[in-house]
Formats: sequence, structure tokens, C-alpha cells
Amino acid sequence: MVLKSKSVVAKILEQDETTLQTDWLKALENSDMYRKGVIRPAELRDQCSEFLRLLRNAMQQGNLTEIQAPEWANTRQFLADMTRVRAQQGFSPQETTTFVFSLKKPLFDRLWQELPKDPQQLAEEVWNATTLLDQLGLWTIEVFQKNREEIILRQQQDLLELSTPVVKLWDSILALPMIGTLDSSRTQVVMESLLQQILETESQVVIIDITGVPTVDTLVAQHLLKTVAAARLMGTDCIISGIRPQIAQTIVHLGVDLSEVTTKASLADAFAIALKRQGLKIVAAS
Amino acid sequence: MERIPILQMGQFLLVTIQVDMHDRLALALQDDLTNRIVKTQAQGVLIDISALEIVDSFIGRILGNIATMSRILDADTVVVGMQPAVAITLVELGLSLTGVRTAINVEQGMALLRSPFGASPEERDTHAQT
Repeated sequence: MVLKSKSVVAKILEQDETTLQTDWLKALENSDMYRKGVIRPAELRDQCSEFLRLLRNAMQQGNLTEIQAPEWANTRQFLADMTRVRAQQGFSPQETTTFVFSLKKPLFDRLWQELPKDPQQLAEEVWNATTLLDQLGLWTIEVFQKNREEIILRQQQDLLELSTPVVKLWDSILALPMIGTLDSSRTQVVMESLLQQILETESQVVIIDITGVPTVDTLVAQHLLKTVAAARLMGTDCIISGIRPQIAQTIVHLGVDLSEVTTKASLADAFAIALKRQGLKIVAAS
Repeated sequence: MERIPILQMGQFLLVTIQVDMHDRLALALQDDLTNRIVKTQAQGVLIDISALEIVDSFIGRILGNIATMSRILDADTVVVGMQPAVAITLVELGLSLTGVRTAINVEQGMALLRSPFGASPEERDTHAQT
């Protein structure tokens, strides 16, 4: 009974592949989830027939329930590759999984035609097929999710490196324009690159500009003070600039003590005082 | 027992730490330096730690102590050439060495010792304004 029931879906896939594929394509094209223009019809047709071929090959091994088994490896690989491409094209998870789920309707229609007089077997067949397709659909979601996470992780790392430039403003004057939220790992990177630059340029003044820092809480303030303390230990004075009115209010409300640090409202003011400390001044050209 | 040499340059004392500090060496330096300051009536002490790669909380504390002791003996102290890793470690250990003056290299450290207004950036600002 079980063997026979397995063979019905496999038989449909073998014998009626063309009609099944046509029905499926029609269903895909009619669904809202199919984006005209993003995927070419020929490409979609290729993907459909490839998927059906892999499905048939895998089913011939007789395993209808466990898609993690080795005989399903090719099918999983195909779905993973397709999902990856679609994720890059900007498809939503729903739009991506519809590819698999939309096969149900044509497949069940065929089953119904094959087994018109045996409701019990029909129910069993439908149940098997639906479990299988659900698993494959969920697999695409899983791959989709994993892709997204990889992208997010990579972007986080890019941000970490991109957003911490140390700029040389003048001989022995460095500027550190901070952009974005400061957390522990970012501060660590910022601190290390700043101290390394101080060592290389033998700078005497560093201006830390926090115009681009959206909020300052106690943790951020503590990170800032740590950076200032470390720079001071290396013999460099720090000036904190770019403090917006709201941030000044927050700092005072939080009770953060910045009295040890020179603070200026704008980067220009900080640069002026840094020049003065070096015994320099800017004059108009005649 | 090995000791860290203390060199005299005019009215200043120069200490260059070229080896990794261990606890007994640090304590010996503390002894030697205070004795030398009293004996030579030095006005300033410059401690160069640019070759120092590793510090622990004990060495950090001794460094701070040495600077404070020198100041009590009326000699200005400047610590110069601290490595980034050492600076981060000291800050993470909570040893910010407040009150100890620092400079990026020996040259600027000597300039700081020689300048009469070199106590703090703020005082230098007021000096520059007058």
C-alpha cells in the first residue's frame, strides 16, 4: 500500500510532467507573487522543469518525508541557489516560497484525476505531498533568513571599519569625527585606531567630534571618557566638540562629569583652541 | 640584581625603562629614584616607557606612585611614550594616573618640563591669551 501510494506522485511526475509543468507555470503567473519583468518567463520555465526533474529523481529513491536525507541534497541545493538569487533581486520570503507552494494545486488536481475512486488513498497521497512541499518551502525560508543574516553581519563589519576615520587636521592636531551609535565593540576599534594614529603622527591635540552621535547615554559617556583618559596617558590632550544642546542637557541630567575634559560646541571652536595651544593662528591672506 | 639606570641631565633626571618590568624591579626603581631626587635636588623627572609593552595593575600603580612621590619631593614628573596597548590596559584597570603629566615623546616631555607654564592645557590657554 505504502509503496503503491508513493508511486502515484512519482508516476504523475514521470508521466504527466509536461501538463503538470504547464499548469504550475499558469498558477505561478496568475499569482500576485509572481513579478513580471524581474524573472523572464523562459528562466521561470527552466527553474520549474529543473525543480520537477530533481523532485522526480529524489522521489525515485523512495524517501518522501525526510528532506535532510542525502538523496534530497540536489533539490535542497537547487532551492538554496534559487533563493539566494531571488533574495538579491529583492523578493520577499513570501514571494520566494510561493514558488514551491504553488505546485500543490496542480499536483493535487492530478492526484485527484488519478485516484477518483479511492478517497482514502487520495487523502494519504495529498497528505504526503503536502508534508513534503511544506518542508521544501520552509527550507527556502530558512535559506532566505540565513542569507539576510549574512548580509547584515557583513554590513555591520563594514560599518565598523568605515565609520572610524582619524583625520589629520594640522601638524600634531588630529580629528576623530564619530558617526553613529557608540557601543563597546565600536569604541574599542575607535580607541585602538586613534591611539595608533597618535603614536604614528606624534600628535599633541585630538579633537573628538560627536556631531554624528545621535544619543549620549551613560555608557557612551563612559566610553568617551575612557578614550580621553587613554589619549591623555599617551601625552595627548583631547577636546570634545559637536555637543548639541539636547546632548548637553542629557549629560547634565545623567550626572556625567565632563569637567576634566575641554568641551567646545563646534569643531571650528575646537580647532581654534587646538591651534592656539600649538602657538599657531590663522590670519587673513593680506 | 639588575637595576634601571637613572641618568642626570642638568637639573632633570631621566629614567628609561628598556626591559620588561617585574615587581621587584619596579620597587627598586621607586627606592632609587626617590633617593636620587633628594640627593641631586632634581627639579624634574622624565620617565620614558616607550619600550614597555606589558603592564599589570601592580606596575601601573607603582608608576602612579613614583610620579606622586616625585611631586611630593618637589620634582615635576612627566611620563612619556606610552604604547597604545598599555594606555588601554591602564584605563580598563581604572588606573588613569590622574595628576601625572604625560607627553608623546622624550622631546616634548623635556619641553614640558622646561616650560614654566606647562602644568595643564587650561593654564597654557590662559598663558597664550595674555
